[in-house]
Amino acid sequence: MRLAIREGGAIGTALGFFLVVVSLMPLGLGPDLNLLARIAAGILWIALLLAALLSLNRIFEADYEDGTLDVLATGPLPLELVTVAKSLAHWITTGIPLAIMAPVLGILLNLDLAAYPVLVATTLLGTPAVSFLGAIGAALTMKTRRGGLLLAVIVLPLYVPTLIFGISAVAAGAGPSGFGASFLILAAISLTTIVLGPLAAAAALKVQLQ
Amino acid sequence: MQLIAEDLVIDRGSRRVIDGLSFAVKAGEALLLTGANGVGKTTLLRTLAGYIRPFRGHIRLDGGDAELTVGEQAHVVGHTNAIKSSLSVAENAAFWNAYLDAGESAAPRTEAALRHFGLEDLSDFPAAYLSAGQKRRLGLARLLVARRPLWLLDEPTSSLDTASSERLVAAVNEHTQSGGLAVIATHLPLALERVRTLNLAAQRVAA
Repeated sequence: MRLAIREGGAIGTALGFFLVVVSLMPLGLGPDLNLLARIAAGILWIALLLAALLSLNRIFEADYEDGTLDVLATGPLPLELVTVAKSLAHWITTGIPLAIMAPVLGILLNLDLAAYPVLVATTLLGTPAVSFLGAIGAALTMKTRRGGLLLAVIVLPLYVPTLIFGISAVAAGAGPSGFGASFLILAAISLTTIVLGPLAAAAALKVQLQ
Repeated sequence: MQLIAEDLVIDRGSRRVIDGLSFAVKAGEALLLTGANGVGKTTLLRTLAGYIRPFRGHIRLDGGDAELTVGEQAHVVGHTNAIKSSLSVAENAAFWNAYLDAGESAAPRTEAALRHFGLEDLSDFPAAYLSAGQKRRLGLARLLVARRPLWLLDEPTSSLDTASSERLVAAVNEHTQSGGLAVIATHLPLALERVRTLNLAAQRVAA
C-alpha cells in the first residue's frame, strides 16, 4: 500500500498544476508588485488546495478498481487504520512536495521575504488536513465514474477553515507579532482531521463496499 | 470448525436476492454454489465475507477465533485480483504475505505459493505485463501466501487453462484435507473431494 507511492505520475501533475496556476496569476493581474505581494499568500494557498484536489481521487479509486480494497478490508488492520496509512501516504507524496514548492513560487508573486518561513510552516501544517479531509471525499466518490468534480464540490467547502487560518497565519507571521493564534488553530484543525477524518472515511468505505 | 449461516435474507438494490437460506459447512468440506447468472452467488459470498450486511440472519464461524469477524478469517478471491501492476509478481505476493500474515515464515511460504501456481519464473516480472490467466493465478496465489481457515472463491477458474484449474483444485483439496473450509461459486464442474453442492436457483424455488 505504501509501496504504491512508486506509482509517480500524480505528483508531477499536481506540482505542474500548482506551478501553472500560480504563474498565471501575475499575467492576469498585471505587474503591480504591491498588489501581488498583498495577495500572494492567498493565491498560493488556493492553488495548493486545487493542486492537491487533483490527486485526491487516486487515494482509493485505484485500490477499489483492482480489488485491493476488498482484500485490505478482510485484513487484520481495521479500515480506519488503512485510511490513516492511505492519507498519510497521500500527504507524504503530495502535501510535502507542494509545501516545499510553495516558497519557490512565492518568488513569482513577490512574496514578502519575512513571510517565507511562515509560509513553509503553515503549508506543512495545513496539508495534513488537506489529505485527511480529502480521504473522506475520495472514499465517498470512489465508485462514481469521473467523480473528480463531485469530489471537488464535496471537499472544497471542508477546506474553508484550513484556508482561512492558513492565510491569516501567514499574515500574522509576517507581521511584528510573529506566529499568532491562527497558527495554533491551524494546528488544531490538522490534528482534529487526522483523528476524525479516518473514522468518517472508513465509514464511507464500508458503505461503498456493499 | 464450522461455518454456519442461519436464515439469511439479503437484499440487493431493493430486490430480494436470497430469502431464508440456511446452510452449514464443516471443517474439511467444500461447498460449491451453483445457479444461473444473477441468482446471487456473488452476493452470498460478499455477505459471508462481511462486505454486505444481510437484511436478516446470522453468519458465524464456530470454533474460529472469537475476536475476529468471519471476513477476517477468510480469503476472498473475487472477480478482481487485487494486483498492483507497478509492482513485480514477487512484490505483490510479498505484500499480501506481510499484510495478511504478520511475518511468520514469510519468504518460503511466498515462494511456495508462487511455485504452486507456476509463477516462479515470472517472479521478477512487472505484474502489468501478465496475461489475464497469469493475473488470476497470482490472485489465487494469495490463498497460499497466508493461512486462513475459510476460502471464499468467486468463479476462481475464469480465464484459467486446464492445467491451472487442476492446480487450483489441488490447492483446495489440500486445504480441506488439512481441515480448512471453502465456499466456491462456479459454473464448471471441479474435481474436488469432500464437496457438497448448493444450487441457489433450487433454493429459491423451495423457499
